[in-house]
Amino acid sequence: MSSNLSANRFVRRPVLSLLLMIAFVLSACDTTQLNNPYDPATSGLSILYSSFSERPKHLDPAIAYSANEYTFIGQIYEPPLQYHYLKRPYQLMPLTATALPKVSYLDAQDKPLPTNSEDYKIAFTEYLLEIKPGIRYQPHPALAKNAAGEFLYHHLTSAQLAGVGVLGDFDKTGSRELTADDYVYQIKRLASPEVQSPIAELMKHYIVGFEDFYRQAASLSLEQIKAAPMTGVTLLDRYRYKITIKGKYPQFIFWLAMPFFAPMPWEADVFYHQPGLKEHNITLDWYPIGTGPYTLQENNPNLRMVMVKNPNFHFEAYPSEGEPDDAGQGLLSDAGKPLPFIDKVVFTLEKETIPYWNKFLQGYYDASGIASDSFDQAIQFSGADEVGLTASMQEKGIRLQKAVTTSVFYVGFNMLDATVGRGEKARKLRQAIAIALDYEEFISIFMNGRGIPAQGVLPPGIFGFIEGKPGINPYVYDWRNGHPERKAISEARQLMKAAGYPGGVDPKTGQALILYFDTTSVSIDDRPRMNWFRKQFAKLGIKLVIRGTDYNRFQQKMRAGNAQIFMWGWNADYPDPENFFFLLYGPNAKVAFGGENAGNYQNPRFDRLFRQMRGMTNSDRRLEIIQQLQQIVRHDAPWVFGLYPEDFLLFHSWYKNLTPNLMANNRLKYARIDNQERMQKRRQWNRPVLWPLAFGFLLLLILIMPAVIAYRRRSRFTVQRLQKQDGAESVRIRK
Amino acid sequence: MIHYILRRFLYALPLLLGVNILTFMLFFVLNSPDDMARMQLGQKHVTEQAVDNWKHQRGYDLPLLWNAKATATGKITRTIFYRKSVGLFWFDFGISDSGRNIGSDIRQRMWPSLAVALPTLILGLLANICAALLMVLFRNSYLEVGGVVLCVILMSISSLFYIIGGQFLIGKELRLVPISGYDTGLDAIKFIVLPVAIGVLSGIGSGARWYRTLFLEEVEKDYVRTARAKGLTEVQVLFRHVLKNAMIPILTGVVVVLPLLFMGSLIMESFFSIPGLGSYTIDAIGSQDFAIVRAMVFLGSVLYIAGLLLTDISYTLVDPRVRLS
Amino acid sequence: MIVLWTDALIFMLLIALALMIGYLRNKAQMLRPLRKIGQNKAGLAALTVLLFFVLIGLLDSVHFKSPDHQTREIISLLDYWATPIRESGEKTYSAPFAAHLYSKEFMIAPDGSRHWGTPRLKHGGAHLTNPVQQKFADIMTRTAQGLAKGAALYLFFGVLFRLWRRGRHKALFPGPASKTVAWVLFVIVTLTFAVIELSAHYHVLGTDMVGEDVLYQAVKSIRTGLVIGTLTTLIMLPLAIVFGILAGFFGGWIDDVIQYSYTTLNSIPGVLLIAASILMVQVYMANHPEAFTSVVVRADMRLLFLCIILGMTSWTGLCRLLRAETLKLREMEYVLAAQTLGVRQSRILFRHILPNVMHIVIISVVLDFSSLVLAEAVLSYINIGVDPATYSWGNMINGARLEMAREPVVWWSLTAAFLFMLTLVLAANIVADAVRDAFDPRFMDNA
Repeated sequence: MSSNLSANRFVRRPVLSLLLMIAFVLSACDTTQLNNPYDPATSGLSILYSSFSERPKHLDPAIAYSANEYTFIGQIYEPPLQYHYLKRPYQLMPLTATALPKVSYLDAQDKPLPTNSEDYKIAFTEYLLEIKPGIRYQPHPALAKNAAGEFLYHHLTSAQLAGVGVLGDFDKTGSRELTADDYVYQIKRLASPEVQSPIAELMKHYIVGFEDFYRQAASLSLEQIKAAPMTGVTLLDRYRYKITIKGKYPQFIFWLAMPFFAPMPWEADVFYHQPGLKEHNITLDWYPIGTGPYTLQENNPNLRMVMVKNPNFHFEAYPSEGEPDDAGQGLLSDAGKPLPFIDKVVFTLEKETIPYWNKFLQGYYDASGIASDSFDQAIQFSGADEVGLTASMQEKGIRLQKAVTTSVFYVGFNMLDATVGRGEKARKLRQAIAIALDYEEFISIFMNGRGIPAQGVLPPGIFGFIEGKPGINPYVYDWRNGHPERKAISEARQLMKAAGYPGGVDPKTGQALILYFDTTSVSIDDRPRMNWFRKQFAKLGIKLVIRGTDYNRFQQKMRAGNAQIFMWGWNADYPDPENFFFLLYGPNAKVAFGGENAGNYQNPRFDRLFRQMRGMTNSDRRLEIIQQLQQIVRHDAPWVFGLYPEDFLLFHSWYKNLTPNLMANNRLKYARIDNQERMQKRRQWNRPVLWPLAFGFLLLLILIMPAVIAYRRRSRFTVQRLQKQDGAESVRIRK
Repeated sequence: MIHYILRRFLYALPLLLGVNILTFMLFFVLNSPDDMARMQLGQKHVTEQAVDNWKHQRGYDLPLLWNAKATATGKITRTIFYRKSVGLFWFDFGISDSGRNIGSDIRQRMWPSLAVALPTLILGLLANICAALLMVLFRNSYLEVGGVVLCVILMSISSLFYIIGGQFLIGKELRLVPISGYDTGLDAIKFIVLPVAIGVLSGIGSGARWYRTLFLEEVEKDYVRTARAKGLTEVQVLFRHVLKNAMIPILTGVVVVLPLLFMGSLIMESFFSIPGLGSYTIDAIGSQDFAIVRAMVFLGSVLYIAGLLLTDISYTLVDPRVRLS
Repeated sequence: MIVLWTDALIFMLLIALALMIGYLRNKAQMLRPLRKIGQNKAGLAALTVLLFFVLIGLLDSVHFKSPDHQTREIISLLDYWATPIRESGEKTYSAPFAAHLYSKEFMIAPDGSRHWGTPRLKHGGAHLTNPVQQKFADIMTRTAQGLAKGAALYLFFGVLFRLWRRGRHKALFPGPASKTVAWVLFVIVTLTFAVIELSAHYHVLGTDMVGEDVLYQAVKSIRTGLVIGTLTTLIMLPLAIVFGILAGFFGGWIDDVIQYSYTTLNSIPGVLLIAASILMVQVYMANHPEAFTSVVVRADMRLLFLCIILGMTSWTGLCRLLRAETLKLREMEYVLAAQTLGVRQSRILFRHILPNVMHIVIISVVLDFSSLVLAEAVLSYINIGVDPATYSWGNMINGARLEMAREPVVWWSLTAAFLFMLTLVLAANIVADAVRDAFDPRFMDNA
């Protein structure tokens, strides 16, 4: 009897505990949304959910230079200028400044010149900026003062440091008014070798006194840097400052809309430089201090980053004018209301694209790009190249936003290379390759049509880009039936013959010409892409060898000029053609000067025209020169112009006020969330499917039951038999 | 006992030194400080000056092993090896190449790793023992044959399939748990349920099979026969005698891996984006942050050696015949 | 004919195996366990499957320059025979046995109008005029044809074999086991023929993102799996045997040094050590591009390095076992007797120690095989496995990860990798069990 009991207990116990566990899990959270990754208590709040795949390396505005860093600091730091959110083409407008800077030209003797002076006369340009009064910094311990007006945390004692793990552990915070001096101080920080700003080298060429300051600053302490003067940057009064740059560089004004030129209170530097903070990662790179609409509340790069509304944010109204059809799209319905709308922005660490996409479909992320693999799930082409959402997306109320990015991907040739770089034959070879690389196919296979084959250096949206017949690359395309059409491969083969490689055979070896393609694409996901490149070159009979290395080695090869063919891209810093053509400017050559001209392209005529174009303001004459520049590059073909990628953004119907703006990096303050709608839809989309659990459980029971029954029967039997045996044995022993 | 432990500690030192030298060689043979600087400085406008600054700030501008220019002890201490390796011995991991304090990251990230690994270990142990006991209980029946076959099949499936399949089925199709992510405190439960379940399932094949052989060996022994002869039921025999005696190898096998639980699971953590040490390591490998990888290698070795020590100690605790000397 | 590094090593391994078999052919301590394996039905069936895989792997290890003068690629015998599938690429995804692409795209009708739909495949089912109606029947007839061809061939050779064997003594396999092998062989041969027949006109397992046949990829991956499973052992064995026996036999400072080195190596987390080494290999390749002009050669070198690295990190376990066993053997009477008789130590090592630890070596080799094949997939996931250009199941799984997020799901790449991998590893595991049962003295008595 006892055996039966214990057998039952044995089987029943895990069953019971499993049931208990399920019950516990079910009761622990809202059963309508078992898969809600966030705290259910927060689902009623106006929180925007986004993600980051790699933690931003720098949040110091003097150092940060990549898109994922700007996602954060764009909302926290405020440079004097910003781009208008709605107007196109991109237009600068004041942010903390009262107006756009007053620009005046000086000659070599510092005498003012009229605005229409000839370029060569202009020795200096002055930018005069005035800051709005009354703007205050976010609450921050670095600005906390006691009753006597002394800084509380500028001489940290070990008592104060005890128990400090994150910045929020300091009890007291303070604030103060933003002054022009903070802007001046930041420019000095750009010039400090200790800060290592990525644009220091660039600014040496422009800002007067920058280089001298850079040399001095190496031996100066923080305090001294604050006091030391930089000739080109002067403080006029509490709200006004002036920047003097060498010569004429109209693009400089764009830099004033980048976080590099955001204000930095000197107190922050003093505060963060105290010993004992760095060990806890409490540095300016991790805990920004700004005047912007948001402050960084939680910075845990291992899990999430949270931004909340800055309580001290100055008044800024949602723009009331935009492009003609903006009103129709509801983009102006919030006009005049104070920014920002969203209380809190949560960025969750999300490394993989697939979970991100799935969570987006479940409503747990508010917006998403489209990975290639989920593309046909989301997008369909309806009719003449019209792109639309699929029925399943429309059903969910998801919307699509498209924008051609201000960037270009190209295949570059190392012009120092003997085979592809030097001489007329090499030029023919390059042109043949340009025809053979069928970027239309590339875009359709690998980018799902999200891109435009490039006809030149400049992408759409940049001054100088022209559409239609005059804008095509006549060396690669023909204009037929109102469309650019890629030249036939036979023409490319002809060019190969002219280049001395008939049929792709290298006369020196008698075998197929071998070219080397350097790439950083080494992962498995890139394999199809590399195969595609091999196939394209094979069309000309060329054998392409892919040399995949990590980014490091690639950079090294580029610097040493050891690469032959490479693929690279450029994303505009500001919407001006100068920012693209400088990639081909001779004095920027990579090998000789360490510049950004990675192909080491040299053409004196190009360089001359470039210098001329650089200093001009947008005009017909400038447009004309730009077209000449384009023609030169198309003829010389140092690049195979690849494509201008197109950004597709999907967002849920509750996400309001979203419009493509590739230049502005402070877009979050304009966005609004309709929370009621979000809550309702999330609930609707995430009903758990429980029956397979029950079914699986039942299956397990069915499997085990016969065995249990069999065991019971057997154990009863064995007990009897054992008893018999036992008896027999004991008899034997007794004998 | 204390004497023994002390001696083992001293024995661990040369081992760690060996690990240190080996990893140091591996990483600096393949990667020059210049490369690291370029890797970390990003893409635009990187100049030689910036690279030099970076190296200087992080101490990578020193000679590797021997500083001929320095004086006296400086010849050894003013080198990359000394600066980057010696601190590891008192767990000062220094600053990662991307500029964060490694020690504080490790302290933060070991808890999520543990939150996944510990339940996986314990539940896995329970599941394996249960399955193995069932098979032994029903030995020579269709359940045992089926169980063994199932075990072999389960252990022939790559762990990647369990993870991909589990995430697809439970997370995406049935919507029972969040697809990925992590949260602190009790909120973590809903995130770790699936990884733990997958971890248990993927381990059950080899685990249950191994325990089954342990139990079967035990079952054949004389004292078990005696117990059975005394009239104990099969279940009682299994629990009172077989399990108790087989627990010694099982537990000591568990003790070895205990410290290593902190290191987390590389694949699982990156699939479910759990911010533990496993994904920390993977990220560091991916971004070639060698300071982190070096720290993790060292930490792993320390934990491994600690595990060996714990095993020895646990032997004496469970088996009085073993004496440490 | 071109001999890649791994090819050379594989053939070396074969020769070594042949020599060993010749050497051990009449040794009693080997014959008994072999007989025991011969009685194990499941083990023999699994061994047959395994040998089939090995055959494919060997075919894939004979490389030569493609006779096609246009490309002059390096291809293997398997590639040569599979040329139709190899070159019948589609544009992108297509499901198994499909006649149309999987995803919709723009199609231009003969009259110039454009509409949205799934175009016909270039090769899969291209011979059908109306795939919807004809496909099922066509697949069935072709399957039947393939099966019939396979069966006929099998019977022909079966009869030949019988005739040849008549009158000879029944060697290793007694009745029931040989019947199992015959059946397994029959299934393999007929199925293979059916698949060959079908794959001439269909993509039996579909195509991947760039339209490459998945069946071809899965079959090509066999060699990678086998190479990793066997060459790693080849590299690790000498280290483990030499160091393990030396440490156990001589003791003293030799023992200390060897113990120290394997404990040190062992205490480093394996994945990290592998990652660091693979990064080093990449650097080496990046610095010597001229030595790796061909993709095949490059991928092969990386595969070889992976084997070497895996071997370097995995010899410690076996080494420790061998050391312990040697310590035990050293105290055995016959060894002590030999020593007192003044037999040279090298002779003792070769005559008395080495043969008596061989069972441990054999068991650990077969046990390691499957775990190595599984490890490859995991390593490839973190991009420290084989070269991305190498066909391997790990790479297939890695790529298929993304496909699972598609709607509708692209399941065939993952399934193909799963099935092939499961078959190989399962077969290996069963064989390993059989070998262990046969060789392990602990199992000898109670079976």
